[in-house]
Amino acid sequence: MSDPVIFCDQLCVELGGMKVLQGLSLSVHEGDFLAVLGPNGGGKTTLLRVFLGLQKPTSGTVTVFGVPPGFASSRIGYVPQRLYFDREFPISALEVVMMGRLSRRKLLQRYGKIDREKAAEVLEITGLTGLRNRRIGALSGGELQRVLIARALASEPELLLLDEPTASVDPDMKSTIYDLLDRLREQHTIVLVTHDTGTIARHVSRIACLNCTLEMHEKGSTLGRKTLDSLYRYPVDVVEHLEADGGKPDEDHDHA
Amino acid sequence: MKITTMPDILHFEFMRNALFAAILSSVACGIIGTYVVVRKIGFISGGIAHTAFGGIGLGYYLGVNPLVGIIPFSLAAALGIGLLTRKAKIAEDTAIGAFWAAGMSIGVILIGLTPGYAPNLFSYLFGNILTVPSSDLMLILMLDLMIVLMVWLFSKEFLAISFDEEYARISGLKTVALDMLMLCLIALTVVIMVRVVGIVMVIALLTIPAAVARSFSRTLHGMMALAIVFSIVFSIAGLWLSWVFDVASGATIILVASFVFLVTALMKARGIRLAR
Repeated sequence: MSDPVIFCDQLCVELGGMKVLQGLSLSVHEGDFLAVLGPNGGGKTTLLRVFLGLQKPTSGTVTVFGVPPGFASSRIGYVPQRLYFDREFPISALEVVMMGRLSRRKLLQRYGKIDREKAAEVLEITGLTGLRNRRIGALSGGELQRVLIARALASEPELLLLDEPTASVDPDMKSTIYDLLDRLREQHTIVLVTHDTGTIARHVSRIACLNCTLEMHEKGSTLGRKTLDSLYRYPVDVVEHLEADGGKPDEDHDHA
Repeated sequence: MKITTMPDILHFEFMRNALFAAILSSVACGIIGTYVVVRKIGFISGGIAHTAFGGIGLGYYLGVNPLVGIIPFSLAAALGIGLLTRKAKIAEDTAIGAFWAAGMSIGVILIGLTPGYAPNLFSYLFGNILTVPSSDLMLILMLDLMIVLMVWLFSKEFLAISFDEEYARISGLKTVALDMLMLCLIALTVVIMVRVVGIVMVIALLTIPAAVARSFSRTLHGMMALAIVFSIVFSIAGLWLSWVFDVASGATIILVASFVFLVTALMKARGIRLAR
């Protein structure tokens, strides 16, 4: 198997003295579509922040594309959970999407033809061409979410990290976003943090349940939708189960 | 009350200089004020401006142009406040307060140590656009050009750190360095504004024109252009009114700006949409 896109070994993160992630080992390979499930406060967003280099691990190793997090920024596209932005900020959808080109441009280098073409292309993919000049504050929740996905795609990433992209959208937009992800998974490795236990099993190739520690479920394992739902509904039970055999390096394959 | 029209009073050289000063300073405060408003860093800007009073004291003490003395002080305040809050994890308002008061104290002591009377001190505190000498206009012009050049060079980076600093960081931008650069540009804008409205009231011209412009703008560059226009209008209207009523020019400019700000804010509060 090729080198993993993301590799974590015995990863621990403490925030303000609280263990948020503990003894977490995980490999994400090229072409994977990994869903990370878990209760709020279970460390899902923290895990993504570690991959992005925004959060330093307390102990353990992490590499992304074989280098420490934060050194492969041009190969990662990130869709944040909710953009804590000022809705009055005078910026258009297109300008937000152009931000995705930052990692492809050097300091002082201005955006060029390639950047504008790429932005136009991802706006088309996400169905936002007609809204490109709309002020960001005038977009609906679903439109904004697609702008953030478009921004991530504009950087031409190999790895997409999405933090609850469907958290604040209506069911119709939710399926639009999943259809989009289904198309994107052909060319991207995807890590998706979500609460959508109902729909997720149909789309992803692997599922990780995260509540401080992590448990992997591969496709074709005993983990059906029903199991998944109950796992998610009773996260405390999951934790107890997890802690019993958590931390084993090879737990990836325990559930077959 | 003198009934005089604008073209008449332009026969005076000090009036022409005042007009140039109004236009040149408006360019800086329209552009930089836009960043100050969208990033909500008005209070830092106020801190930088007041710390600069130390520089005025230094200028008097050394017998050089106080405007030149302000430059190192305002830059030190920008970097000091910026780095203390970001690197030493000191609360921003604490750092601002400390620099604000320390800068003013240094100014008071240095002016006290300077023998004799400190002429024009009042004009540095509250501005006097009618006494801008041509040499200061050159300094203002140079600082203006520097600000425009920097903002042109770093426009995509400044937009990114203003709108979404975290994304800018994961895109590989040196956000702290860019942040410090922006604070330094605010410091230079303060130097420019001191002649027009004085250090006490800089914060008003740095925020009001941009704040009013935001209601009418859809892009950051549009907001900058409009903020420059508003700033020029406020400055010239204030200058003219201060001439007509024979009152302090800096304060009149601020009152004109505040009045327009209040009107647009009230219109917004009543749900009257201005943009688009």
